[in-house]
Amino acid sequence: MLSYLQSYLGGDALTPGQAGNQLWALIYILVIFAGVSVVVMAMNWIERKALAHMQVRLGPMRVGPHGLLQPIADALKLMLKEDIIPARADSFVFWIAPLIGLLSAFTVYIVIPFGPTQAVTDMNIGILFMLGVSSLSVLGVVMAGWASNSNYPLIGALRSSAQMVSYEVAMGLAVVSAVLMTSVGGIGMYDVAGDGIGTLSMIGIVQAQQAQHVWFLFKFFPLGLIAFFIFAVAMIAETNRAPFDLPEAESELTAGFHTEYSGLRWSLFMLAEYAAMVAVSSIAVTLWLGGWLRPFPNALAGPTWDFIFSLFPGLTFLALGAIGMFGFVRMPAHPFFRVQKLGLGGFAAVLALIGVLLLAIPFAARGHEGTILAGFAAGLSAVYWFIAKVAVFMYLYIWYRATFPRYRFDQLMSVGWKVLLPIALAVLIATAAVGVLIPVIQVWFKGRAG
Amino acid sequence: MTDPTTTLSRNPLDLDESRTFLDANELVINMGPQHPATHGVLRVILKLDGEKVLGTECVIGYLHRGVEKIAENRTYTMFNPYVDRMDYVAAVSNALGYCEAVEKLLNVEAPPRARYIRSILTELNRIASHQLWLGTHALDIGAMTPLFYTFRDREEILKIFEKYCGARLTTHAFRIGGCQYETYDGFEKDVLNFLQFVAPKIDEYEELLTTNRIWVERTKNIGVISAKDCIALGVTGPVLRASGVKWDLRKAQPYAAYKDFDFEIPIGQNGDTYDRYIVRMAEMRQSLRIIRQAVDAIPEGPIMAKVPKVIKPAVGEIYHSIEAPKGELGYFIVSDGSTQPYRVRVRPPSFVNLQALDLMVRGALVADVIAVIGTLDIVLGEVDR
Amino acid sequence: MSEETKTPPPPEGGAQPAAPKPAAPAPAAPPKPAAPAKPAGPVPLPWDSPLVAKYKRQFGSGLEAQSYLGQNYFTVDSSLIPNFLLLLRDDEGFDYCVDITAVHYPKREKQFDLVWILYSHGKNERIRVKTQIAETDTPPSSVAIWPTANWLEREVFDMFGIRFEGHPDMKRILLPDGWKGYPLRKDYGIIQQDTEWVQINLGIESGQ
Repeated sequence: MLSYLQSYLGGDALTPGQAGNQLWALIYILVIFAGVSVVVMAMNWIERKALAHMQVRLGPMRVGPHGLLQPIADALKLMLKEDIIPARADSFVFWIAPLIGLLSAFTVYIVIPFGPTQAVTDMNIGILFMLGVSSLSVLGVVMAGWASNSNYPLIGALRSSAQMVSYEVAMGLAVVSAVLMTSVGGIGMYDVAGDGIGTLSMIGIVQAQQAQHVWFLFKFFPLGLIAFFIFAVAMIAETNRAPFDLPEAESELTAGFHTEYSGLRWSLFMLAEYAAMVAVSSIAVTLWLGGWLRPFPNALAGPTWDFIFSLFPGLTFLALGAIGMFGFVRMPAHPFFRVQKLGLGGFAAVLALIGVLLLAIPFAARGHEGTILAGFAAGLSAVYWFIAKVAVFMYLYIWYRATFPRYRFDQLMSVGWKVLLPIALAVLIATAAVGVLIPVIQVWFKGRAG
Repeated sequence: MTDPTTTLSRNPLDLDESRTFLDANELVINMGPQHPATHGVLRVILKLDGEKVLGTECVIGYLHRGVEKIAENRTYTMFNPYVDRMDYVAAVSNALGYCEAVEKLLNVEAPPRARYIRSILTELNRIASHQLWLGTHALDIGAMTPLFYTFRDREEILKIFEKYCGARLTTHAFRIGGCQYETYDGFEKDVLNFLQFVAPKIDEYEELLTTNRIWVERTKNIGVISAKDCIALGVTGPVLRASGVKWDLRKAQPYAAYKDFDFEIPIGQNGDTYDRYIVRMAEMRQSLRIIRQAVDAIPEGPIMAKVPKVIKPAVGEIYHSIEAPKGELGYFIVSDGSTQPYRVRVRPPSFVNLQALDLMVRGALVADVIAVIGTLDIVLGEVDR
Repeated sequence: MSEETKTPPPPEGGAQPAAPKPAAPAPAAPPKPAAPAKPAGPVPLPWDSPLVAKYKRQFGSGLEAQSYLGQNYFTVDSSLIPNFLLLLRDDEGFDYCVDITAVHYPKREKQFDLVWILYSHGKNERIRVKTQIAETDTPPSSVAIWPTANWLEREVFDMFGIRFEGHPDMKRILLPDGWKGYPLRKDYGIIQQDTEWVQINLGIESGQ
């Protein structure tokens, strides 16, 4: 039994899905599902706090120290709320719509590579699968709007479908230009033009960036950057977040497509929205920001550098613990705050403990290359860097929301079709042309030199 | 002058219930009275073709409290606090208009010091009202953050009100014949501190919005109304000025102490939502200017004119209007010689301005309706009275 | 009367002092210091100006011009109403209808005073036009003269029950459509309500 459990850990550079290891695949799925749910809850708290501090207010402060337990309280409240299905709604469609949204948001996680082997599976059409499944979420939105049998949700749903379809195009083109980059070498970089075959596999794309010694963000400067920018805009529109949050534009359509939803069903939509945000951010990180790769994996190579970078997870948690401790110290000594203070202190201590644990792992694994522990330490580091990069995107989401007014529907469409789409096409063509020309030029130069 | 009605023809909405909304080409949507963006209990029935607005109909009266009827059953003094409840975000302006109207009817004049105090408080209230407008307007267009910035700064004004008369929102600051309260110790310092505090804050709001691409796209050429239509529809206040008419009652027919102050009337050119935004921002700065001059030049002296204990104006009628933050706020008072007004008619700027909504949003999109409702700066307490 | 004021440019109110233009002669109201609020109070005085003279010639006895506390107003016969208002707008530049309202005098034979408050942007001048109408009269609507009259007249109808002839959409505005009674009439009590409407539509016994 133990050996069966270990069967995958010591194994080769394969994901459980590829290795056909169903038990580990199941464990991964459970971990990801729990992890994403926790992230969504944490994101809920972070968004409210960060947004509040940008807007000179405090945000949740009552439930738990600094409102830390607020998401749990909210989740409880939503679960206990009355589940209302409007009398004239199509109850089956109404019931299934949030599930479809949720399913499509979570299914995407199957191919997201949190590390070189830390994915449920690696498909050779990974990115296509991802785009395809994530577009299904629009179905949930449209069904919700339709089934509610009410005007605001209907308009919200129509807006949503138009918006998602039109931004999908630009998004897809940007993705294609990144995929093209997997097959061609860059100026002054390795001569990896090789066979010129690219890959659609999510893991393959990251490995290509490692092999080419460049994040695709900086490849064919500024082509990669532009493609990334298009994707970054399109992904906000795709997830219906500010400033493209028209389907649920609060001030216009009260709550858009989920106006008629309440309680648990409504929270499923929220869960799906945040899960989708994490998912598309993961695509962006994978395609342009080197996925799980730590900074400078080639320039600063070697076991020492590996060791130094693998300290970051522990240090991050220690820093979070220190912030918590700072809050603990600053809290007034009034008896009224005693429970909150203890709670915050305990929370900080737990964070610090996790930090110490995470620091201990690389130390313990140092010098034991090839063991399971070392593999675990490497995986931990990879997952950490991936999550850190995604976190930057999540923060950007919050930042946009605090800064921008909302686009109007026709303006949104014209940005999508008249600005993003032509640029994406141009970048795609330019990437292809540059990719073809560079090997030719390199060969020509070699010929001259030789 | 040509007949302005040709441009303003209304076709009442067809609310035939027998057609289901999916079979019809037109979608009738009911916005309000409970809606996040209608600034209170305004109900707008929109007739849509897709998202394009074919027509609107405002249904108002949800907040009707019969203020004019109440006035007929109260003495002049007793009615004074009621006017605060009309435009509750600019209560001081309401009180100023009412007190001055009754003073005019009594043929007395408030002493200079009282008039200066009135001007200072009214201008502070104008800033507060515009700040509230800006915050909610920006929120309607999707920018959350300005709301909190403006509320943070409006708080300072309310603190001054609270220190002056004990109330923050419905202040009941003035009395017929002058002011009830002398300024508290340090009033002038508080006001000057506030001026210093708020000037950079106004720049801060502008930084967030004025050149923001999305903000400009959402407001430029939205809800355009020409000067001619404005006058024909009786629209006043910043909306009229944004259409290019340089008309402000503080200059045209000065009241309180306004003829002593040097200030500009900011105007716009296009009469669109963006110009109205710019005009109001400029007005806040002009208000700062007025307040500074008023604080510098405030005279000493009594703050109450000699008014009889029981106010019994002679038989007659009077109309007096002031420039409230939203436009011309007028009081038409008929006296029958008794202690109670025979009739008080309030000419509410929000009510009249709201009438222009239909003209301004025809052919626009749903999102523009929100922007235009916001830019008209209506307060339902005043629309419905 | 000066004809160039027919199409006034946007007034430059900011530049000039607010003294009334020559068209509105200095009102003959008693000077303010001399008139403290004594019970007798000020009285309406005759209002003389070229404008008044012109319309007196035209309409004769149907028109009276007075001035009270410096505010000028016409009292006209109700038969003159649409024409006189149109003349004021077109010939005298009263392009802005500030307000339309009514006052109820139940003891009079003609129960209602109908009041138009007008303003001229060109001349910076404000006048009132008053007329008396009976309860059953349907005065002509002035929506065709000033579009702003639309809601203002609806409010007068809502509160006083005065129907305006030719109004495009004569229905209640502040009160619910089915409400019975006109609240601002003097015979409508301060706590009176349409009990039937309240019971049917709000499902409560009384709104009080």
